[in-house]
Amino acid sequence: MDATIAAISTAMSASGIGIVRISGEKAMDVIANIYRSKNGKKDIREVGSHTIHYGFIYDGEEVVDEVLVMIMKGPHTYTGEDTVEIDCHGGVYAMKRVLETVLKNGAIIAEPGEFTKRAFLNGRLDLSQAEAVMDVIQAKNSMALKSSVEQLKGSVQKAIREIRARLLHQIAYIETALDDPEHFDLTGYPQELLEIVEKESENISNLLKTADDGRMIQEGIKTVILGKPNAGKSSLLNFLVGEDRAIVTEIAGTTRDILEEYISLNGITLRMIDTAGIRETEDIVEKIGVGKAKQMAEDADLILYVVDSSLPLDENDREIMELLSGRKSIVIYNKTDLEAAVSIEELKEKTGSPVIPVSVVEETGLRQLEDEIRRMFFHGELSFNDEVYITNARHKAALEEAKESLKLVKESINMGMAEDFFSIDLMSAYESLGRIVGESVGEDLVNEIFSKFCVGK
Amino acid sequence: MENKTLEKTCDIVVVGAGHAGCEAALAGARLGLDTVMFTVSVDSIALMPCNPNVGGSSKGHLVKELDALGGEMGKNIDKTFIQSKMLNKSKGPAVHSLRAQADKQAYSTEMRKTLENQENLTIKQGEVTELLVEDGKITGVKLYSGAIYHCQAVVLCTGTYLKARCIYGDVSNYTGPNGLQAANYLTDSLKSLGIEMFRFKTGTPARIAGNTIDYSKMEEQFGDERVVPFSFSTDPESVQISQKSCWLTYTNEKTHEIIRNNLDRSPLYSGMIEGTGPRYCPSIEDKVVRFADKNRHQVFIEPEGLYTNEMYIGGMSSSLPEDVQDAMYHSVPGLEHAKIVKNAYAIEYDCINPRQLYPTLEFKKIKGLFSGGQFNGSSGYEEAAAQGLIAGINAAMEIKGQEQLVLDRSEAYIGVLIDDLVTKENHEPYRMMTSRAEYRLLLRQDNADLRLRKKGYQVGLIDEETYQAVLRKEEAIQKEIDRTEHATIGGTPQVQKLLEEKGSTLLKSGTTIAELIRRPELNYEDLAPIDPERPELPWDVKQQVEINLKYEGYIKRQLKQVEQFKKLEAKKIPEDLDYEKVGSLRIEARQKLELYRPISIGQASRISGVSPADISVLLVYLEQYRRNS
Repeated sequence: MDATIAAISTAMSASGIGIVRISGEKAMDVIANIYRSKNGKKDIREVGSHTIHYGFIYDGEEVVDEVLVMIMKGPHTYTGEDTVEIDCHGGVYAMKRVLETVLKNGAIIAEPGEFTKRAFLNGRLDLSQAEAVMDVIQAKNSMALKSSVEQLKGSVQKAIREIRARLLHQIAYIETALDDPEHFDLTGYPQELLEIVEKESENISNLLKTADDGRMIQEGIKTVILGKPNAGKSSLLNFLVGEDRAIVTEIAGTTRDILEEYISLNGITLRMIDTAGIRETEDIVEKIGVGKAKQMAEDADLILYVVDSSLPLDENDREIMELLSGRKSIVIYNKTDLEAAVSIEELKEKTGSPVIPVSVVEETGLRQLEDEIRRMFFHGELSFNDEVYITNARHKAALEEAKESLKLVKESINMGMAEDFFSIDLMSAYESLGRIVGESVGEDLVNEIFSKFCVGK
Repeated sequence: MENKTLEKTCDIVVVGAGHAGCEAALAGARLGLDTVMFTVSVDSIALMPCNPNVGGSSKGHLVKELDALGGEMGKNIDKTFIQSKMLNKSKGPAVHSLRAQADKQAYSTEMRKTLENQENLTIKQGEVTELLVEDGKITGVKLYSGAIYHCQAVVLCTGTYLKARCIYGDVSNYTGPNGLQAANYLTDSLKSLGIEMFRFKTGTPARIAGNTIDYSKMEEQFGDERVVPFSFSTDPESVQISQKSCWLTYTNEKTHEIIRNNLDRSPLYSGMIEGTGPRYCPSIEDKVVRFADKNRHQVFIEPEGLYTNEMYIGGMSSSLPEDVQDAMYHSVPGLEHAKIVKNAYAIEYDCINPRQLYPTLEFKKIKGLFSGGQFNGSSGYEEAAAQGLIAGINAAMEIKGQEQLVLDRSEAYIGVLIDDLVTKENHEPYRMMTSRAEYRLLLRQDNADLRLRKKGYQVGLIDEETYQAVLRKEEAIQKEIDRTEHATIGGTPQVQKLLEEKGSTLLKSGTTIAELIRRPELNYEDLAPIDPERPELPWDVKQQVEINLKYEGYIKRQLKQVEQFKKLEAKKIPEDLDYEKVGSLRIEARQKLELYRPISIGQASRISGVSPADISVLLVYLEQYRRNS
């Protein structure tokens, strides 16, 4: 039977409720494991199909969320399979936690477009929809693949690639010895491997911690600050990342040329793009050119446009305003401590964006800016790539699998099994980690054997 | 139109009499079809032009599987081996692998005898120069003499003979191995039929006169005390013969220096050789260059047979000039005064890009045209024989209108071999390796009969009696496993004493015999004294009981993976599917699928450049296709 799958099926913004959907043969087992009714007496397996139940999701003894659970038994469901929908609180954090609990209890995360695929394969969608289904699958996958690798931090990618390379080397060594026992001796090797495997398990555990802290992938609202020279961009940034704010900087040793900073505003994370450019020089548009500014604007979920209210608007402003059209932006009406040369109304009219009067020098208006960003977020005006959370869950699952495989290797070594058993689970770990960095196994092993070991008659 | 040529008609034509050709011809004839086998030299049937052994890691598995299906190689080596060894005995049962040194001449002669005595089989000396094809279907072959053989199927097993060229130093000869005549015309015929060709290369070391070797400077390598036969049909007592030894010596810094000083004279580095060589079988000059930090390499001195004093210098294949070879071999301890009988050489030959084949080994483009062996881009006698057998069987099945034989990756190493050849990108001669088999715990050499006898029986190469014997064996194994699972045992003094002797934890409560067998430090035989109900069983049944119990956890995990795997294999793709119509496929995937034309979703998923999303798209398309038709 096909695996039981789960995913968040509502947008990942801070909307009222979020839905986690589970589909497959084991959907009822999964929900039975984690659902408890208010009085704890209801057996969710026994309820009728297409009914709704109030209760709580538990991860072990810990309450995760207060929910409504909809039970729908196949074949009269979207996918044609047994389906459970969990309506949980809409916060990103709550949805994430519910999804993770579901995944811990027997479901695997759905591939992009998989619900629709199953619906079609199980005859729940009309033949005329086939083309659309195929398009959806391909589009969702290519986006997920792109974002999956893109969102992975450089340092994490590097760490995973290094673990994989070290594992591959051990597999190749064992396999070479199996293929060519007269040239390669494995005496004493199991102890050596045990140490290596323990070390790599620890490395994977550390990565898992990183994933738990949400530092593995680049979550947050991609935010870019634009404005003319000396409009006050760097002062604004400095203020936003000031000492009372949480700053998360890129882990050292990465190869990215753009320095990014993460600003947490009461639970909303802003991921600042190209802050390095702002810090070095105020003349960001001038320095990098309109082309680059445009590209940054296109990548952004939110643009903060800083205007020096003491100067009249000019050509530069017009260019920036063009970039704003069709994007979420907030105009920072800066330097209210000076005499105004441009009015708030004019800016509102020209940009169609909210305008917040601010004086970075006098530290006024910053509270309002914060409130505006939060308002936009909670009204769902600011959305960001939902795939991020899915990606994180996927990565975590893969790391857990790799860790489990290494545990099996350790067990085999401790049981005194022969060396050929080790490489089977080492290979599984290698494969799991490969999924995170978007690499399949292919001819890796054979290439490693031939390039690192001198084999042959 | 000339009408004065010889014209004959038969069912199957096999081109080539090497290890692939022999198996193909025997399979065709044994399945009742009138088979003609052509070779450029009848005296070179089943020639072993390189190493004097059969089997080895994973290759031994191929021979066992071939034997279980009804092939000949296993039986033939059992009759003609001069030393035998089970490799990897200290490791898990999945990687135990049999390797036997052959008496080359005897191997060749015995195989020839078998072929000559085979009903329905004609052996004919002659070079096939042209394939006759009408409407995309094979109709016959034409020979150099002009003779025409009409037939329904052709199996090409041309080995290394197509446009073959042997090279060492600046000397090059347009011959096949050992100075045998090359086949220079067939390539053009294939090309004109639109077949894509590759040029591959391989090599062989020198042969040295055994009586000029100083063995006192070498380590003697013995065979096993108790020899296990390759063939499931061979009486194990018949292979307990007196064995010949091999010898081990090493290259040294001096050898490497001689090689390094003359690299510029190597045809490999001068660009004279264009063919792609195998990385797993590097020449000694390759090893010295690529593994510069190693100050010595092993050299195995192996007898070529009982009839000759020639010794094969394993580990030192080369295409360096004759004078360099001479100096290089003489630098090896024990070979100081050795006389070289045959120089080492590299050989280049034409072969096909095997993705043009179905997993049945039939050409996608030409119905009735099959191929096997080095012609398909593989290397090794065992790989060749295995493909030859499958190609021969399927040529016969097609003529008879019966279901063709395709082994999948979970059923046999042969399945892995063929799937890799027809599905993956091959840039060098392909060699079998245990790491290529993802379900190797299930594909053991010890259970090849249990896995494949039934298939051989269905095809018609295994007789009723043999088949019934396997069924009885299967039943006996299951019965004994069930018995041990239920045979309870308590901590009696006798039991505790035995456990203590074996260094095993003493019993605190009752358990079963099966549970005790699962302990790493105990085995089936050990427990005989405390297992009074145990029936008398043949050794091979006991072996299966033990392996199945001991590795149960691992085996179950692989069986589960196989279940997943089989689901995708079972989803067949219609032969006439037009990938252009599957709009959502990525361009790269569409091109690859068009090129490979996989037979199942499973095979499609293994083609590089086809993503999981493409597979999902394909699944949806197939469902649409199914509902439409």
